[in-house]
Amino acid sequence: MAANNLRHALFCAVVTLIISIPILGLNLEAEGINIILTGAKTSTYIAIVLAAIAVFVFQAYRDSIMGLLGKLPNLNPLADKEPMEQSKRAKLESWILTGIIVLALFWPFVVSRGSVDLATLVLIYVMLALGLNVVVGLAGLLDLGYVAFYAVGAYTFALLSQYTGISFWMALPIGALLAGLTGMTLGFPVLRLRGDYLAIVTLGFGEIIRILLNNWTTLTGGPNGIGGIPEPTLFGMEFGRRVKEEGNTSFHETFGIAYSGEHKVIFLYLIALVLAVITALIIRRFMRMPVGRAWEALREDEIAARSLGLSRTAVKLSAFTIGAFFAGFAGTVFASKQGFISPESFVFLESAIILAIVVLGGMGSQLGVILAAIAVTILPELAREFSEYRMLIFGAAMVLMMVWRPQGLLPMRRIHITLNKQE
Amino acid sequence: MSMLVLEDVHTHYGKIEALHGVSVEVNQGEIVSLIGANGAGKTTLLMTVCGMPQASAGRVILEGRDITNEPTAQIMRSGLAIVPEGRRIFSGLTVEENLHMGGFFNTKSEIRKSQTHVYELFPRLKEREHQRAGTMSGGEQQMLAIGRALMSRPNMIILDEPSLGLAPLVIKQIFEIIGHLRDEGITVFLVEQNAHQALHLADRGYVLETGKIRLHDTGKNLLENPDVQNAYLGG
Ligand SMILES: Nc1ncnc2c1ncn2[C@@H]1O[C@H](COP(=O)(O)OP(=O)(O)O)[C@@H](O)[C@H]1O
Ligand SMILES: [Mg+2]
Repeated sequence: MAANNLRHALFCAVVTLIISIPILGLNLEAEGINIILTGAKTSTYIAIVLAAIAVFVFQAYRDSIMGLLGKLPNLNPLADKEPMEQSKRAKLESWILTGIIVLALFWPFVVSRGSVDLATLVLIYVMLALGLNVVVGLAGLLDLGYVAFYAVGAYTFALLSQYTGISFWMALPIGALLAGLTGMTLGFPVLRLRGDYLAIVTLGFGEIIRILLNNWTTLTGGPNGIGGIPEPTLFGMEFGRRVKEEGNTSFHETFGIAYSGEHKVIFLYLIALVLAVITALIIRRFMRMPVGRAWEALREDEIAARSLGLSRTAVKLSAFTIGAFFAGFAGTVFASKQGFISPESFVFLESAIILAIVVLGGMGSQLGVILAAIAVTILPELAREFSEYRMLIFGAAMVLMMVWRPQGLLPMRRIHITLNKQE
Repeated sequence: MSMLVLEDVHTHYGKIEALHGVSVEVNQGEIVSLIGANGAGKTTLLMTVCGMPQASAGRVILEGRDITNEPTAQIMRSGLAIVPEGRRIFSGLTVEENLHMGGFFNTKSEIRKSQTHVYELFPRLKEREHQRAGTMSGGEQQMLAIGRALMSRPNMIILDEPSLGLAPLVIKQIFEIIGHLRDEGITVFLVEQNAHQALHLADRGYVLETGKIRLHDTGKNLLENPDVQNAYLGG
């Protein structure tokens, strides 16, 4: 082992100590009106030292450990398989997707109300991730402020319902169109930016929208948010116990069945499902259209794409606008599902999670993105017992994933090439 | 008739001027070669024709139309195609997908026709139709870059150092194809550091030195010019 490696390991261990001792080892305690500094228990100190030793050992033997991790793909039964032919792959993907949709149709009738609620959330994330996939996975534009368009959709519905009493079905296209318009407006100034610069500007934009919502109290209610957002109706039938809007009837009375809170939850789930399927289908359509190929060309090589006569402006704007449009879609559904929204729901972490779904799913593949959306939304729920360690587990899973399968669950195109197969 | 005319073109990268008043003329049906050392501004000259970057002074005229201030997308859709420096094929796409991208603004039947034509010119590409372009050899990638440029059925094709980094045998093949393109009626503007072969093939040639045209003459005369021989043909 090189001395260099040892020195690096020692350095990392010391950094660990420096960081953990003040955070874990020292406590501020309120005693009367004074705050005093106390040391932690001896066991905490022992734990910190053990952690530092663990960091030291890991860093010192990092190469061999990462080497072992690198061998993990051998455990993956699919790793050695020939990459499937493009057309065959697409067909298989369609079959699996159809299977998932059929399963999803029956799902709400066999599980608990809480599960259906969670599944609705999954579907919202599926819509968001499919939309962001257009921007990041297909067009290759790193957008860190995607949540802004989600917020535009949600707030459009909330505000319109508050001020004009608009229904869900009217708000859905309006919210999506407004979000798309916002995407286009943001698209213009950032078109010339690439990579890191684009990421930073979009990140800033996401924050601006959130801060605006937070501070424009007269319109948005600020941190208090907006409540009383109506649920969707089915041909004028409401799902509440009592009819809220004049002219509407109630679902359970029309069909002469007993009122149940579950109807509403299931109905919302089914709407989200239909909208997610529509989103997937429309984006699939786009992918096969010339504009989809233009996104790919621009992602692969901007100069080459432009030299073929593709307009950088038009191609990037279309990706941005379409991505934002579906975020607005999802936002409207979200607002309706929650009945109440506040800027809290549209923080940077949301953007990060949606991006994580796209990256985990394998940048560009729809099935991958859908599976990743399910995993990323449900895993933290399953791990709820670990409460505060949830994000830690999530983070660790992401790191492992990136070591094990850096190209994502189902990359759109196999990055692996076996050189000996040629010639 | 002039296919492409550059009149006293100046091009800047920010504050730095890379072309100091360049005038070049390419007539219909000709092969014109532009030679020059590394950093002379050859790529800059070609890219100025394509409008990225645009000329800061002077005029660029393509088939009688002033394109100096036209956006790149518009220029590249009007019968001009470029094989950029370093090939810049879409390495993640298959050979066929690359070709289709080249015919982006053409109809399906036009694409089919051009594709057949490209495969006739480069049978190697036909063999590798469904292979990912990035996994091919340098020579094959260059053929693909040329094929992709031909897909839009251009009147004029611009090539930026197509022989760069290729084996002599492959270079010979590429130059043969370029000659063949001229015979098909496509005007060729060729930039090369490989001066000997480029001038051999060319009807006329230009020598670019630090952003200025130093010489221009027929290909044959340039080959015999002692200055050119000293500087570019290894004495
Ligand atoms: N994108 C750029 N930004 C700034 N300067 C550039 C850029 N591209 C080229 N240059 C400069 O312009 C001059 C000409 O470069 P180039 O046209 O690439 O020469 P050649 O193709 O003849 O080797 C060089 O001095 C180079 O450093
Ligand atoms: Mg060059």
